[in-house]
Amino acid sequence: MAKIRFDHVTVRYGNHTVVKDFSLDVQEGEILGIVGPSGCGKTSLVRSLGGFINPDEGDIYINDNLVYSKKKRVNRPPETRRLGIVFQDYAVWPHLSVYDNVAYPLKKRKVPKADIDKLTRQALEQVRMTGYEKHMPAQLSGGQQQRVAIARALTSSNDVIIMDEPITNLDAKLREGMLDEIRILQQKLHTTIIYITHDQEAALQLCDRVVIMEPTGDICQIGTDEEIIERPANRFVFSFIGVSNFIPVIEDQGCYYVYEKRADRCFAQQKPEGFISDRPCVMGIRPMDIIFDDESPIKGEITQAVFLGTLFNYFIRIGDAELRVQRSMLDSLDGREYKEGETVGLRFLNEKYYDAEEGEVRK
Amino acid sequence: MSMSFTRKNSDLARQDGKRFGLDQAMTALCFLIMTTVVILPVVMIIYNTFWDGTQIDLEMFRRVIFREENLAAMKNTVIIAVVSTIFATIIGVFFAWLLGRSDIPMKGLMRWLFSIPFMIPPFLAAMAWDMMFSGRGGYVNRFLMDIFNLKNAPFNINTIWGIIVIEVVYYFPFVYMQVVSALERMDPTLEESARIAGARQWHVIRTITLPLTIPAISSGTLLVLITSLSNYGIPRMVGSSKNIFTLPTKIVDLVNRAGGDFQGIREATALSVVLVIVVSIALFVQRKLLKAGRYDIIKGKSMRPTLIKLRAAKYPLLVFSLVFLMLVVLAPLVIIVLVSLLRAYGLPFAMENFTFANYTKILVGNKSVTDSIKNSLFLGFSSGFICLFLGVMLSYVIYKVKPRGSGLLETLAVLPYSLPGTVMAIGCILAWSGAVFGITLYNSIWIILVAYIARYLSYTLKSCSASLQQVHISLEDASRACGATHMESLSDVTLPLIKPAMISSFFLVFLPAMRELTTSVLLYGPNSRTLGVAIQNLRDNGYMTQAAALSVVAIVIIMVCNGVVKYITRDRKGV
Repeated sequence: MAKIRFDHVTVRYGNHTVVKDFSLDVQEGEILGIVGPSGCGKTSLVRSLGGFINPDEGDIYINDNLVYSKKKRVNRPPETRRLGIVFQDYAVWPHLSVYDNVAYPLKKRKVPKADIDKLTRQALEQVRMTGYEKHMPAQLSGGQQQRVAIARALTSSNDVIIMDEPITNLDAKLREGMLDEIRILQQKLHTTIIYITHDQEAALQLCDRVVIMEPTGDICQIGTDEEIIERPANRFVFSFIGVSNFIPVIEDQGCYYVYEKRADRCFAQQKPEGFISDRPCVMGIRPMDIIFDDESPIKGEITQAVFLGTLFNYFIRIGDAELRVQRSMLDSLDGREYKEGETVGLRFLNEKYYDAEEGEVRK
Repeated sequence: MSMSFTRKNSDLARQDGKRFGLDQAMTALCFLIMTTVVILPVVMIIYNTFWDGTQIDLEMFRRVIFREENLAAMKNTVIIAVVSTIFATIIGVFFAWLLGRSDIPMKGLMRWLFSIPFMIPPFLAAMAWDMMFSGRGGYVNRFLMDIFNLKNAPFNINTIWGIIVIEVVYYFPFVYMQVVSALERMDPTLEESARIAGARQWHVIRTITLPLTIPAISSGTLLVLITSLSNYGIPRMVGSSKNIFTLPTKIVDLVNRAGGDFQGIREATALSVVLVIVVSIALFVQRKLLKAGRYDIIKGKSMRPTLIKLRAAKYPLLVFSLVFLMLVVLAPLVIIVLVSLLRAYGLPFAMENFTFANYTKILVGNKSVTDSIKNSLFLGFSSGFICLFLGVMLSYVIYKVKPRGSGLLETLAVLPYSLPGTVMAIGCILAWSGAVFGITLYNSIWIILVAYIARYLSYTLKSCSASLQQVHISLEDASRACGATHMESLSDVTLPLIKPAMISSFFLVFLPAMRELTTSVLLYGPNSRTLGVAIQNLRDNGYMTQAAALSVVAIVIIMVCNGVVKYITRDRKGV
């Protein structure tokens, strides 16, 4: 059975529901990402799991033990839930040294004196903070405080660690390195990690499975990184995990048009895969999946071309709409250079179809 | 997600099955204490003003407030407060700008001079000014008469204008303190961009700097206005002998004249209600003004503002400032020390007239004086510790537990801050003379202790809650997750983190309690004289030199304690 189970958990603040009927099994030894935009109830989930707030409905199990149940009136206090939590602001106690911070959970859990020292040093070694034992948190950089927080989570629990936006406050380069370290640490210790973030890229990079939450607090997709990137469950997931274009499409007598019914807007003669016939529909497409093709009847004007190091970023005007197109360096090696002001033909690949939003498709 | 923190801990405990956890116990205790210590005295004042024992009685209230002498006291109170507030603000802002933003030399010395009035109670300052400028024989007056062969004393401090002058020079450092920190922390780019836009220096000061500091200025002004409205010591020391009364001195006078007669005390309560109304109006007006102009000019990080060059005006301004500060700050201290060494009051300051006899007279053998020192020390320590304990508990309940009615708790705790000490004392007399459960504390030291706690609780609450709000909730959550119980997380994490604030808040109560006069003058009994009361009694009975000697003792105790605070909190700023 799963390490952690949320069973129909609902959290409300007054009339405002932040987590709605949330059910999830976290498997032993996996890194599970919970991703969603700010305000979708991620932190409420962590706090429910930790025992700092009480869900209005549902049960929570940790290691097969029921720790919270509204119905059965079970509520184990936080100190008995045996979790390691890495808080968003690190929550490293500023009045205790690095060593005392990391040793604190062991002392509270009445670990024998001799083991405390061994386990504390071990945890510090695992986050590569050996030598900083006597430092006070104020003397450490953000990344180092982060490591102390992780070491403390390691001594607090050896099988479940929850990380709530742990790398948001670090700079880009440190973030990258920290993700690798968390991954390596997990592989070494086989700890179950729940990783909460609003940063979809980091989650997809790090996690075995990712849960994507909508702003309303609903789960919209659970899957591996591949599944989510290849087959986004809905329009929200599609736009949340990457830069995207949404183009209104119109079907008319076996012809498929972008934007409007005109001969030079027809992009397909037969029904594309996934096209929704009975409702207004938009095409979702990544900038990388729009390619320049002079043969294509659909023409647009390049209004801006920017070199981003590994790829070119173009803004293309079609009629009064604008598209974002990216072309990798590799593709650019064909020698053809696209300049601002030039007119190019466009072809669409790997496109997805979603229901249009109000007023998006002009009839 | 800030929303997650609005959930109350109390809900948690409720679902734990523990209906009465630690948080609930503390909440209940807070409400109980605030009710007895704050609500009760206030309710008793209103009740006794409008209820004569059998029926509602508005007649007495009307009669008392329209009595001619009381009307005069009201008029004096308002005139003194308004005029001294205006001048204190002007002088305070001027010095704040001079020290905060100009390149005037010797700032360290001047800053030190500014800290002195905070240590000397107002009644001692007034006593010193009376010794210098009393129309009947103030030392400075006599000195000037000798030099210039004058027939009459050139100054007479025992007038309403005398009171105003003393209040101005006593209170302007309070405005200075508020404004100087705002000026020093003001984002310099605000002024620099005005200069770049082509404004001249003076124009920048007038149109950018001053308007931006208005919130700080007005909060300093309000502080002075309220303190001045409720000040007892200064008008008592220089005005009462010439029958110049203000509301606080009139209230005390009425109580003393009543000699325990209930009708007399009721008349005093009527005037207390008037005083509270006047102070409330001042508070209300200030709150309106503050709301109108709130700017975010002060950035969290410390910046060094550009200093303005005074050029030719530098040294004239320096000399003027030093002379002025010496005169208003140091001269009163010097005169008290000199008088304390005289064989008899009125003798000229000459070597052959100096003696230490006054000190031995008060410190050896005068039991009522030594008792008063002991009493004040006891009151200072006990009210300090109790307020500290209550302040920590209250701020924890208000800002972390957040029960229903936490807003009410906060209002109750800061209410006595704007309540004049005289009024608080009257409320305590009414509440603790057997009216409630037959408890009689009157004439004992305990009634003074209760009044001090009510008055000074807001000091510790403010200091502790400011510090507690810096302790992010996740720090406590982290310790819970690590296996600490609620109690352990409090003692391992929360309390150590606010310890510096706790230490300084103890002294925030201890120091004013040591030099208190306003409340204790109404509450003392034969065995519970405080230092302030003892000094006033010595002076009233004509023992000027001994009163001065005891004042010196009081000032030394206060300064030593102040030094201790500075030493303890020296590196802890900003924790």
